[in-house]
Amino acid sequence: MYYALLIYGAEGVFDRLSPEEQARVMKKHDELQSHLKARGAFGSTAQLMATSTAVSLRRHGDEVVVLDGPYAETKEQFLGLYLIKANNLEEAIAAGKLLPFDFWGAEIRPIQWLAGGPI
Amino acid sequence: LIGARDIGALIAALRTRAMAALYRQFRDVDLAEDAFQEACLKATQTWCRDGIPRDALAWLIFVGRNAGIDSIRRAATHRGHAARDAMPDANAEVEYLTEFEREFCDDVLRLLFMCAHPGLPLQDQLALSLKIVVGLPVQRIARAFATREKTMGQRIMRSKQKAAAVGGQFEVLTHAERADRLSAVLAMLYLMFNEGYSNTSSDEDSEVLCVESIRLLRELLALFPNEAELMGLLSLAILQHARRKARLSTDGRLLTLAEQNRSLWHFPFIAEGRNLLEKALRKRQPGPYQIQAAIATMHCRASRYEDTDWDEIVRLYTLLEAFDPSPVVALNKAAAVAQASGPNAALELLGPLHDSLAHYLHFHTMHAALCATVGRNEEARWSYKRALGLNPTESEAAHVREKLARL
Repeated sequence: MYYALLIYGAEGVFDRLSPEEQARVMKKHDELQSHLKARGAFGSTAQLMATSTAVSLRRHGDEVVVLDGPYAETKEQFLGLYLIKANNLEEAIAAGKLLPFDFWGAEIRPIQWLAGGPI
Repeated sequence: LIGARDIGALIAALRTRAMAALYRQFRDVDLAEDAFQEACLKATQTWCRDGIPRDALAWLIFVGRNAGIDSIRRAATHRGHAARDAMPDANAEVEYLTEFEREFCDDVLRLLFMCAHPGLPLQDQLALSLKIVVGLPVQRIARAFATREKTMGQRIMRSKQKAAAVGGQFEVLTHAERADRLSAVLAMLYLMFNEGYSNTSSDEDSEVLCVESIRLLRELLALFPNEAELMGLLSLAILQHARRKARLSTDGRLLTLAEQNRSLWHFPFIAEGRNLLEKALRKRQPGPYQIQAAIATMHCRASRYEDTDWDEIVRLYTLLEAFDPSPVVALNKAAAVAQASGPNAALELLGPLHDSLAHYLHFHTMHAALCATVGRNEEARWSYKRALGLNPTESEAAHVREKLARL
């Protein structure tokens, strides 16, 4: 099974953390990646740019229009993701728990179908 | 588990919107500041123990609002009046906060617009924004402007009184009023960035002006996601900021684009700035910030100075002149023309600027450098000497003297 770990949180917090705290957060990510790599379960990961850089596409009549901003305005923003392999949900949760949670939350979503590789 | 300092990082990220909401609630900036301060104290205590609430912003506004109401009530009791308003009960929270959320755009704009009071000198506008909106300690603001802390504190207090006297317009804004306020606020944030960008005397102290203006622009863009010029200004600031580490020589002199070590540029910022500009340009509502961001992009795109597309930069400056026909823009265009078409073409453009830029240091250094390239050494010498009389910084003066010696 493949899973997506989707990371949510308030924008603009990480860059205000002290350098020590930032290092601590990054170390958690490193640990998660090592954990996954050791199991051959690391697909890929991405950090997204600020939501202010986002555009959304919507259908409007016969046309697809481009709107400014992220698809849904929420209090938490979608900040980044991991694509991982796990034998079952429990394993995916165990990996997800290695993420830093001080200021962030995560959603684990099983992947229905996956294709492609590094661009 | 989570330290107070790190909770401070979260609170700082939420401050603008919380302060803006409390300012609308109490219509009194001092009371709003005190209420927010109280909410921060409670947040630090509670969150360290219980963890961070899911909607931390709502939490801060709610607790700040209660703190403000308490302090009004205490003051009323002192005067022998009983306060009649009932305390909001916890169930009212949801309704109360959605009401606030709808108004966040205008709230944040109101708070910033109050600070951008045209009756205040620019530096006081900036200091007031940094104090009230950003929440920077007076000591750091004083350092950013190379002023004593006590002086800065007094200035902020005076300008707060002056700004608050007219800032308190709490009616719902019309479309035109909103646009006017937004452009006044953008102009102030542009100057805040430039103040930090052009100030090289104390690099770390002035960098705070760049960092905070970028943060405020990001927050504004989240609230006004369709404003092309806001995107343009954020893009411009991020692109300029990306080059910060490459701009100073080891002896503190400003390095030209030709001299900068481009590997010191911060490429994630450049990517973000270019992305924002592309997004802005799709809207086909051109403006001076977008054009300046486009010029900055042209520089950032060239991996070597020799690869710079000067013809395109000249075209962009011509476009910028249509929006902003100022002599300084014309001077910058002449600098690009010198690269695109040679020194003689640039000297022709400088001719009509002699009067309006007679007291502008960079006009004379550019004029001198161009004259020197085409062998007009006498004129070059005269212009360099003129530049020395226009209060150059120490490193600028040293640079000019070095050039003079080589003539």
